[in-house]
Amino acid sequence: MDAIAIISIFVLAVFVGFEVVSKVSSTLHTPLMSGANAIHGVILVGAIIVADHSETALELGLSVAAIVLATINMVGGFVVTDRMLEMFKGKSGKPSDKSAGGDK
Amino acid sequence: MNRTIYDLIGLSAGVMFILALKGLSHPRTARRGNLIGALGATVATVTVFFYTTDGELPLNNLGWIIGAIAFGVIVGVPAARRVQMTAMPQLVALFNGVGGGAAALVAIVEYLKLGASATTAVVIATVFTVLVGCVSFSGSIVTFLKLQELMTTRPVVFPGGRFVIAATLAGTLVSAGWVVNSLGTTPLLVLAGLSLLFGVLFVLPVGGADVPIVISLLNAFTGLTVAAGGYVLDATLLIIAGTLVGASGTILTRLMAEAMGRSLFGTLFGAFTAKPQDAAGAAETRPVKSGTPDDVAILLNYARRVVIVPGFGLAVAQAQHTVRELADLLSSKGIDVAYGIHPVAGRMPGHMNVLLAEANVPYEQLSEMDEVNPTFPQTDVALIIGANDVVNPAAKTTPGCPIYGMPILDVAQAGNVIFLKRSMRPGFAGIENELLFDSKTTLLFGDAKASLTKVVSALKAL
Repeated sequence: MDAIAIISIFVLAVFVGFEVVSKVSSTLHTPLMSGANAIHGVILVGAIIVADHSETALELGLSVAAIVLATINMVGGFVVTDRMLEMFKGKSGKPSDKSAGGDK
Repeated sequence: MNRTIYDLIGLSAGVMFILALKGLSHPRTARRGNLIGALGATVATVTVFFYTTDGELPLNNLGWIIGAIAFGVIVGVPAARRVQMTAMPQLVALFNGVGGGAAALVAIVEYLKLGASATTAVVIATVFTVLVGCVSFSGSIVTFLKLQELMTTRPVVFPGGRFVIAATLAGTLVSAGWVVNSLGTTPLLVLAGLSLLFGVLFVLPVGGADVPIVISLLNAFTGLTVAAGGYVLDATLLIIAGTLVGASGTILTRLMAEAMGRSLFGTLFGAFTAKPQDAAGAAETRPVKSGTPDDVAILLNYARRVVIVPGFGLAVAQAQHTVRELADLLSSKGIDVAYGIHPVAGRMPGHMNVLLAEANVPYEQLSEMDEVNPTFPQTDVALIIGANDVVNPAAKTTPGCPIYGMPILDVAQAGNVIFLKRSMRPGFAGIENELLFDSKTTLLFGDAKASLTKVVSALKAL
């Protein structure tokens, strides 16, 4: 892909990233961090790509290690975030919204 | 599958990640947001099995790939399911670290593969991925050790430390230049080694209370390494996802630093400016007023307004249900009860809200710091359960102490102050709390849950 296309994607993604989290209640800082953490586990895709390319035992060994680590990051990350957010369910679901509004 | 379809599916996964972050920013949509993110990650992972650069399916080494994923799931899911609420921050740190490690490994393999055919831009992206990925990996491991209290939670500073750190950083940058110039394997390994060392040195001087901010920062770092790794592999989705996490993580780090009243700069460059401090101050021998559960029950019984300030000790003791029982009992006696929630009480922002929500504490009773602080002068009893740093007046009165400048709950304004504590041990930030020695303070030592249970029965007996 050409450099300009990549730079455009990068810059736009930076601004989207800034925008989506700019107003968030401190209650959600940790789950949000944890959710974002799980999202970068998508490096798993990269790990699978390099495992597919691997020819030597060294390359394969390193890519297999990368797949294991990336999977732990991704799957564990989403599960632990869900567990944190599970605690917000039930009656606190609606009222906690007030905290987001009242946090200005 | 052709490249266009593959890229379009990748784009849809990228959009799901944006929706995930957006959903996670609002309490009502947070859980759904997380599930959308998980769906995006699943779509992206499944799709890659149907696309390969050499156009041949199935993927080479398919058995290894599936086996490795299965192994990762077997390790990651139980860890995430079984972890105690109190240990979640360090688990997140660990997951972040392994993500950074994975990104560094991916870049190393691709580098070995490309050899001399790599363009300079790709080599620079590789160097960035390896450097920042390794820093994130080793730095996260140190934050894990600190939060798990497997090592000291105090800032670790040694004489000449800042020169060692500066030298390591310089060495890292020189070896980065060496990789770009020589395209050899040895320079890359030197770079990885120095980056790992730098990650450790970077986090060691960070004090306990600042650790969550550093986890968030390392999370943003890992995001950027994933983006750079995406450039190396020509995988647009990784560039989008990594950049999103890098950008939102940076903002989040700043928000967290603000909520804690910390300067982000001070936290980050503490490594370069920290001076060796005296070890723990002389053991405190001043007298404190320690009470019995009956004393506490009497104080509470004759109060008109009680503010409960929960902290990490409440989480450790799993006393959220008992504290609710106490609050209900007080309310039934016509006493006005509120919870004063410090934004960073516990070990992560929002920790207390999560814990009390689990015990179905009515939301109206949870007051944020700005709401509750003006009410302390009209409060008869401030009941502090397993919290310390968030009510420590040193944050206002002692310039230069590790928490100076952090907004605190002004419990000293209340008529009486009761601390339920395990011991005289200082809080996570490792500093003494003058309020413990104040004449209007009563201490009840013991596990928070055991103490609360005794107070509840004493109160019923009155």
